[in-house]
Amino acid sequence: MKKIKYLLLRRFTQVLMLTLYFGANAYGWHILEGTFGSSVLFGTIPLADPYTTLQVLMTGFVLGADVLLGAAIITLFYFVIGGRAFCSWVCPINMVTDLANWLRRKLKLDKDEVNYRFLKRSARYWIMVLGLIVSTVVGVAAFEVLSPITIMQRGIIFGFGAGISVVIAIFLFDLFGVKNGWCGHLCPLGAAYSIIGSKSLIRVKHDHEACTACMECKVVCPENQVLHMINKESISVTDGECTNCGRCIDVCGDNALAFGIRSFVKNTKQ
Amino acid sequence: MAKSSDNNRRKFIATTLQSVGLTALGGLLWSGYSDEVKASPLVLRPPGALPEEDFLKACIKCGLCAEACVNRDSNRNRDGSKRPGTLKMAKGGDHKMIGTPYFKPVDKRKPTWLERASGKYPDDVLQIDEGVPCYMCDDIPCVPVCPSGALDIASVTNEKGELDINMARMGLAVVHKESCIAFWGIQCDACYRACPLLDEAITLEYAKNERTGKHAFLLPVVHSDVCTGCGLCEKACVTEKPAIFVLPREYATGKAGDHYVKGWDKQDQNRVENAKAIHTRTERSEKEAADYLNMEMEY
Repeated sequence: MKKIKYLLLRRFTQVLMLTLYFGANAYGWHILEGTFGSSVLFGTIPLADPYTTLQVLMTGFVLGADVLLGAAIITLFYFVIGGRAFCSWVCPINMVTDLANWLRRKLKLDKDEVNYRFLKRSARYWIMVLGLIVSTVVGVAAFEVLSPITIMQRGIIFGFGAGISVVIAIFLFDLFGVKNGWCGHLCPLGAAYSIIGSKSLIRVKHDHEACTACMECKVVCPENQVLHMINKESISVTDGECTNCGRCIDVCGDNALAFGIRSFVKNTKQ
Repeated sequence: MAKSSDNNRRKFIATTLQSVGLTALGGLLWSGYSDEVKASPLVLRPPGALPEEDFLKACIKCGLCAEACVNRDSNRNRDGSKRPGTLKMAKGGDHKMIGTPYFKPVDKRKPTWLERASGKYPDDVLQIDEGVPCYMCDDIPCVPVCPSGALDIASVTNEKGELDINMARMGLAVVHKESCIAFWGIQCDACYRACPLLDEAITLEYAKNERTGKHAFLLPVVHSDVCTGCGLCEKACVTEKPAIFVLPREYATGKAGDHYVKGWDKQDQNRVENAKAIHTRTERSEKEAADYLNMEMEY
């Protein structure tokens, strides 16, 4: 049970969010209405996705105050909580890519490490900027045209239609194509949250003394470049690409990892 | 040493070029795709929607309008059973910009093989209609909830500051007179009676049936200055495929321009007060008149 504590908590929040969104349409609940693009919490508080908002602004359309306020609230929230907490605690695609990743490990598809020369983890930042440029040129929020995140979410709320194929495509890409391909390499929304949360308060802390270098954490981590300090130094994972998913804490048998508050005192190393 | 730094520089330039090139490739594909999916012109939007071009920029695809439309206690059929909401969110395969709200007053299809086999629709049901027109709720639930401004509340607010659904211009009903049975001489006024703006948006024009010489036509005429495009007429139409149907205003209207003025109408002069003359010049043809008349005609 201890080994899946955060995993279960994450699945709980993800399913809870989708249930609330679903109920808003199906039963008229006024708890969480809308979609990730723009929502209303408790019938009053506006919420909006910062990257989506930015895309609409780039088309040249002056957005309503509700969306701008909503985007500010969400930005502030993840600025404090941990930027990519959205990715691992809210986003429904995370369940799809986690499943693909788990299957990859079970099927031992990663035995021969493949070097994807054209697909680096930095690609998502390029795509993020490109999405804004395309939004301006074409006059439509460009990522929203093909975003599997909102396609999946709207699919659950309003019905999938042919949109399910996008979700299946992401699953196949992550399973047989690139490891952590979508969330870790391509998703511009994740890139935006990486930047928003790069200075966030809640962080995973590593205790070098307790670590036995089993490297379990690096195996499960979807962004394992952020775990460069494992068995080297006792510092926090400060990289914005960390999704605060807590899988590393779950699998650690030595209590060498835990959530904590980011320390703003400069580390005394070196 | 010099050689190695030369190699590094070459590698750096090559990598940079590759990144820029791939980004450009991605940008071109992405732009092309987005531009294509934007082109779904024959789509009816919720009340108060901005012109399509601006609407596609502004809509953040949150679905709050559709949710407000679906969850109304007044969504009841005459027999009290619950009827579906009007607004739908475009999904993959709908061939509309994905995630945007739209409605279809009439959406006929044949029952699928599965629906026949399961007995949901017996064999004598040839087609089913899943379209839902806009019922023009007085309080317009779909518009005020729009957070982005894609549905413009000002466009459906009257001088008194009240919401007024009659100001909505979702589309315009068009009559195809060859398939409209009223034009055949059959007395049908289904669309006229279904119209929420009875005798305003659709009026009946009386005409003599010259074919029989002794009967009357009662012909439906749509008035574009009143019609909201709700689609209740299309839903009510009794023909196999509706003879009256709603098109987006952009596609159902023409424009006379400033170079025509209504005859015997002094008021209309004011309309073209600020019009500027356009001078065009056509070169005098060197050809003979006969050559000109025979030009571009090859049989």
